[in-house]
Parts: sequence; structure tokens; C-alpha cells
Amino acid sequence: MQGSVLYNLGFATAICVACAIVVSSSAVSLRERQLVNQALDMQRNVLVAAGLAAPDEALEQDEIEARFAPIRQVVIDVATGAATDADPGTFDPRAAAADPATSRTAPPNNAGLSRVADQALVYELRTADGALDLVVLPVHGLGLWGLLYGFVALDADLETIRGLTYYEHKETPGLGGEVDNPRWKRLWDGRRAFGPDGAPAIEVVRGLAGPPADDPFRVDGLAGATMTSRGVTNMLRFWLDDQGFGPYLDTLRAHGRRMAGGTG
Amino acid sequence: MSKQREALIDPLFNNNPITLQVLGICSALAVTTRMDTALVMSAAVVAVMMSSNFFVSALRNQIPTSIRIIVQLTIIASLVIMVDQVLKAYLFELSKQLTVFVGLIITNCIIMGRAEAYAMQNPPGLSLIDGLGNGLGYGVILMLTAFVRELFGSGSVFGATVLPLASEGGWYTPNGLMVLSPAAFFIIGFLIWALRSWKRDQVEAE
Repeated sequence: MQGSVLYNLGFATAICVACAIVVSSSAVSLRERQLVNQALDMQRNVLVAAGLAAPDEALEQDEIEARFAPIRQVVIDVATGAATDADPGTFDPRAAAADPATSRTAPPNNAGLSRVADQALVYELRTADGALDLVVLPVHGLGLWGLLYGFVALDADLETIRGLTYYEHKETPGLGGEVDNPRWKRLWDGRRAFGPDGAPAIEVVRGLAGPPADDPFRVDGLAGATMTSRGVTNMLRFWLDDQGFGPYLDTLRAHGRRMAGGTG
Repeated sequence: MSKQREALIDPLFNNNPITLQVLGICSALAVTTRMDTALVMSAAVVAVMMSSNFFVSALRNQIPTSIRIIVQLTIIASLVIMVDQVLKAYLFELSKQLTVFVGLIITNCIIMGRAEAYAMQNPPGLSLIDGLGNGLGYGVILMLTAFVRELFGSGSVFGATVLPLASEGGWYTPNGLMVLSPAAFFIIGFLIWALRSWKRDQVEAE
């Protein structure tokens, strides 16, 4: 019996079926928890960018949810800056950027982007009377080894940066990987994103920059990580400019700092 | 020494999968910049190796010899996917840092090697212990390497600051080489040298 072709086929089939059942049942039974984890991770990073959580703070699930609760998620049309009625809960920015139907060829840019999504998920925090408190924008762009994904938070004046954080990158630990360093992240609070002419002026420099009051447009470079520092500058310039969130920020400046009537 | 004891203790230093058999080096380079990732990786390998040894051994008299390698691989791959899913569900932060390396346990030669060399010839109980011993042998080297790399590369142990960094107001300027992969090669090389100076019989004959 053993050694016959029929036996081998039968055995292989049995093993495959058994393993498939084990794998699929573990994937299905744990899926819900994994999705919760992913959502929490994203919320946590939004909170860190917004300055509502410290980068190294250990937070329980209900604590993250409580702090995130006042934040309104909006899917916007990038080109016009207008809010859309897409469901923020199911909007997947990466899938949108990869799908030709929901993305466009990126305009010429230094951020290493070839396609950008037509829509983007942004986060608005408003005070009790509906006035804008801050807005968190997703940014991504090329560093040394790959794309960095993060969030930048702008104050209600839409000029002052409140925070910058990356939740995914492939930079060298200890060099470019220092984008995760809480001390470096703290340098961003209070910098000015736009120059006097209204174009993005924020820049990661080589060497040291002054305190935000004296040196509003510059941030300390990451030692030994010129390419990563340049990548951060380029992606912020791209996403804060007209091809990025410029139209959305204009919309907010025009009338969005107050909630539209009826919902406010 | 009883057989169980031998199966457990022998792979730690006498027949260590990394330093003597020189298997599983790639993951030892990739996940040892920090001790917490190295620990999770070790635990994942221990779990996979124990269960793969157990199941392969339990089926050893039924597995047809002509397709035994692919059968072992199917069992190992299923177990690794399960471990990966569990990590994503319960240790999300660390699983993000381990990225693809958990999935790559499938190709870790130690696991395949033990299934083929040991579990196919020995009963399940003993194979289970052999899996534990080899997993721990892998883990010991991983943790030693990670300890040196994290201490001198980032000035910390398990994320707790030991040598205050100059960039954060302390006095220690970290060694940048330690956070890059070649450092793991050097450290593992030194470990092999140290082990062979201690246990002369591990030195290959000229």
C-alpha cells in the first residue's frame, strides 16, 4: 500500500485539506482582532501627529478610542478640496492609489510618487462650537530605501505645524530611522509650513535649525541621513502644495473653519 | 544522560543550529537590532519548531518517502502562517517590526533540517523536546547578538536606556555599525570563535 502512486496522492490530498482547514480557520477567527489592531494603530498615529498622545505613550484600546472620538474623518476629493460622501470607515488610501479607476498619474514631483489617489482621508478636530482646532493630513513619499507613510498636523490657522509622525518606513535604524525619535518629532511643533508667498517653505536642513520662533521654516536634519531628510522635505512640499492638499486647505481657509450650517 | 535531556540540552551549545550547523543565519541578521523583536522571533521559531517536529514525527510512518520534503514543508508553512496570524492579532506593534521575517520562518533551514534529520526517525515526544532544544539554541544566539547590537547600537536593553545617548543629553555616542546587518555577522563570528575555543571538539579537522 505505502509507496503506491494512489497512496501518495491520497496522502498529499489529506495533508493539504487538513492544513488548509487549519490555516483558513485561524485566519478567519483572528481577522476581526487584526482589523481592530490596524484601525487602532492608525488612530494612535493620528493622535500622535495631533499632539493628543505622546509618541512613546502606552495606550489601551479604550483610551485611544476615547481620545479619537472627537476627531472627524472626512474623505475629500484632492483636486477640488471638497468633502465627498465616501465612507471613511471603508476608504483604503493605498488601494485607492493603486487602482487606476481611483487614481491619477502623479504630477512631476520630487517626492518619488508615480500615482496618487483622487481621494484622501483627512482628520479634522473641532471645538465644541464647530470651529476648527486642527487638521491632520496623510503624507507619503520616498526616503532612502522606500516610501515613508505618516501624518502632519496643522493648527487652526492652517500655517503652524503641530506635529509630524511616521507610522511606516524602511529607513536605516539609527540613521534615517530616527524619524521615529520622539525628540526629533518634538522639533516640529510650532514651525510654519508656508512662506510669505503662500508656497510651502518648511524644510529639513543639514545640521541644526533654531527654535521655532527664530527659525520658523527649518527643522534639524537627521545626522547621517541626507536622503531621508530630503525625502521628508520633498513629501511635505508636495502634499502641502496645490497638487496635494492645497485646494482642501483653501476650502478650509475660505469657509471650513466653521462647520457648515446644519451640522455645526 | 537520558535521551530527553540530550535532545533538550545538546542543541544549546554542543550542537547549536546557528554556531555549529550554521543554519538560520539570515533571520539572525535581520531581527537582532533590538532585543524585543529577537525575543518574539525566538519564541515564534520555538513554537513552530516544536509543533512541526511533533506533527512530522506523529506522521513519520505514514508520510510517503518520495514526497516527504514537500509534506514537511506544507506542515511547516501552515504552522508559520498560524503564528504570523496570532502575532498580528495579539502583538501588533512587534509584528509590524518583524514584517516579513515571521513569514520567512518557513524557509528557515533549522526547522526543515530538524524535521528531516530528527523527527522522521524519532517518536513524537522526543521530537517535541528536540524542537524545543533547537529553538532555544537558536534563541540563545539571537538574544546574545541582539543584546550586543542593541546595547552598543542604541544604548539600551529591551528598550530601557542603559548608556544615555549623546544625542539625548547623555555621553554615549552609539556605534552606527551595530544597527546595520554586517554587525550581526561579526558578532555571530565572534560567538562561533568563543564557542569553539571553549569546546575544542567543534573545530573542524584540517
